[in-house]
Amino acid sequence: MSLLGLSGPKLTLKHLSTILLMIISFFPPPSLSSVSRGVTGHPPDMDEGNDDNIYMDGDDDFGAETAKITSPGESITSARAFMRGHGTYVDSDEVIASVAGVIERVNKLITVRALRTRYSPEVGDLVIGRITEVQPRRWKVDANARQDAVLMLSSVNLPGGVQRRKLESDELQMRNFFQEGDLLVAEVQAFFADGAMSLHTRSLKYGKLRNGQLVSVPPILIRRLKSHFCSLPSGVDLILGLNGYIWISKHVRNNEKEGHEGFDAEAVYSNQNDDIDDATRTAIARVSNIIRVLASRSVPITDSIALEAYEWTVEQDVDVKDLLLEDVADALVAAVTKEPSEQW
Amino acid sequence: MRHTPSICGFAFAEWLVISLLYTDSVLTDEPAQSLRIEILNEGGFRSDGRRQYELREIAFDSSPQAGADGSARISHGLTEVLVSVFGPREARVRAQTLHDRAAIHVEVNIAPFSTGDRRRRGRGDKRVQELAAMIKATFEPVVQTGLYPRSQIDIFVHVLQQDGGVLPAAINATTVALINAGVPLADYVCAITGGVHAAAPMLDLTALEESDLPHVTVASMPRSGRLTLVSMETRLHVDRFEEILRLAGEAGTVIHTEMHAVVRQRTKGLLDGISTGLRASKPAEDAMVEDE
Repeated sequence: MSLLGLSGPKLTLKHLSTILLMIISFFPPPSLSSVSRGVTGHPPDMDEGNDDNIYMDGDDDFGAETAKITSPGESITSARAFMRGHGTYVDSDEVIASVAGVIERVNKLITVRALRTRYSPEVGDLVIGRITEVQPRRWKVDANARQDAVLMLSSVNLPGGVQRRKLESDELQMRNFFQEGDLLVAEVQAFFADGAMSLHTRSLKYGKLRNGQLVSVPPILIRRLKSHFCSLPSGVDLILGLNGYIWISKHVRNNEKEGHEGFDAEAVYSNQNDDIDDATRTAIARVSNIIRVLASRSVPITDSIALEAYEWTVEQDVDVKDLLLEDVADALVAAVTKEPSEQW
Repeated sequence: MRHTPSICGFAFAEWLVISLLYTDSVLTDEPAQSLRIEILNEGGFRSDGRRQYELREIAFDSSPQAGADGSARISHGLTEVLVSVFGPREARVRAQTLHDRAAIHVEVNIAPFSTGDRRRRGRGDKRVQELAAMIKATFEPVVQTGLYPRSQIDIFVHVLQQDGGVLPAAINATTVALINAGVPLADYVCAITGGVHAAAPMLDLTALEESDLPHVTVASMPRSGRLTLVSMETRLHVDRFEEILRLAGEAGTVIHTEMHAVVRQRTKGLLDGISTGLRASKPAEDAMVEDE
């Protein structure tokens, strides 16, 4: 989406009725400190920090000491010297935050990143989604974004070879490939004019998910990694979708996925789970509880942290369900968020 | 995360005493006049021990519902409202989608146990629908819906306890819930009721005062001083109107400081988790990445 496409606040007088009037600027903005003392004896708010200097650089600064927190309606800087990005708007020559979060600056571009929000997709992102609707030649996929994603029939691999033409018969049997409620892993391919994303699964890595469990976390906790497919040594595969959906499943060996001639449609679109033994089920439950704990403490989830946490729980001999107890969870988070220098 | 402002030190205790004294007569459904509670006594105190412009205690709980994109519970005196926000997300009813902006959908649910007369109000109830329409109208000019064409933002309001000021409490809680959900807003929306008793203006009316006095609910945006809602269900003398509006605007800035502190504390908490996690996992690149 281009920056110019972002529009300012909509202050329409549309909903004027007998009981609802809108009075613009009836009283002047009173100064905060004097009023709060006048009415209730509150101390004035201390560190507002909305002065005009911006001392942040780099596009991804989450250091607690340097990060500048802001919230809606707070003036960030002058609009003459800076450009507004996401999470901001311009009013009377000032750049003003519209979400609560961290101020980020890249040269002259000011953005505010909200810490809890829906997933905003980018091309090439790996996402996990759930089919919500089957439509002519396309599926609608819930991917935790502001609109459902679209998966076109032409962007999936069909049985009988990658290069095969899509026939009318394929359109008629779309539910044989994906039906409502199915989970899938896909890549963001492009955007439509209204900002909805289009997905594709044209790779052996992508496709329908089975043999596992879905855990949903805030999207900001998933960072872009070298690979979002990781396998933990305990026979568990982990797929970290950038939209905050995490798939935890039984480990499948690579050559099994491929089948005989490179692409086994039976296996790829199967709805049947494989046989999963008790040890693997426990491991899956353990990993999913670990991820829930990390997410509840707002710790970014990476393959290395998941592995470290898994090893810690095995080492400490923690029962899977005890992981969710507050004290165990705190100990786990403290163990995995130690400074790296202490560990190696 | 309870945040206790020092709005009315002893008012709550006083209220309890009074409510115990008068419980019997309140339940018998007599008109409030016969209770012989003075709305404002000679010493300048109200029935719950507050001064004219004193607000009740306001506390926010920032994440009561993990399943929602954002949620907030406000306890404002004895009034308690829980708001959960979902979205922006795919519109569930295709007919309601707007091609250029997000649709805001508000649903209000008033718990039967929230009030003395234990009446079930369904979704179709006029009063409930009106409350929903007012919350929607309040937030439509504030939420930057233009950023989310064809989406829908759902706001679910649950009224858990009622003691006057249900609409302002719902609006304040919705503001915090929307901010928690990361929905872009032009500003905070701070709402409060004001009333007049014998030419003496008052702020933040209780249910008792609301039933007796002409009152008005005002929602303001503290940064610009704009109002997004002025709602009046009783007749109020035009000479008093301006003063009440001004007072309500000032009270709005006080509520803004409360909300701001809550939002800031929550943001900081989330940020701390992220930054410690990032510091710990900086250079760890090992051999367990399987394919690619």
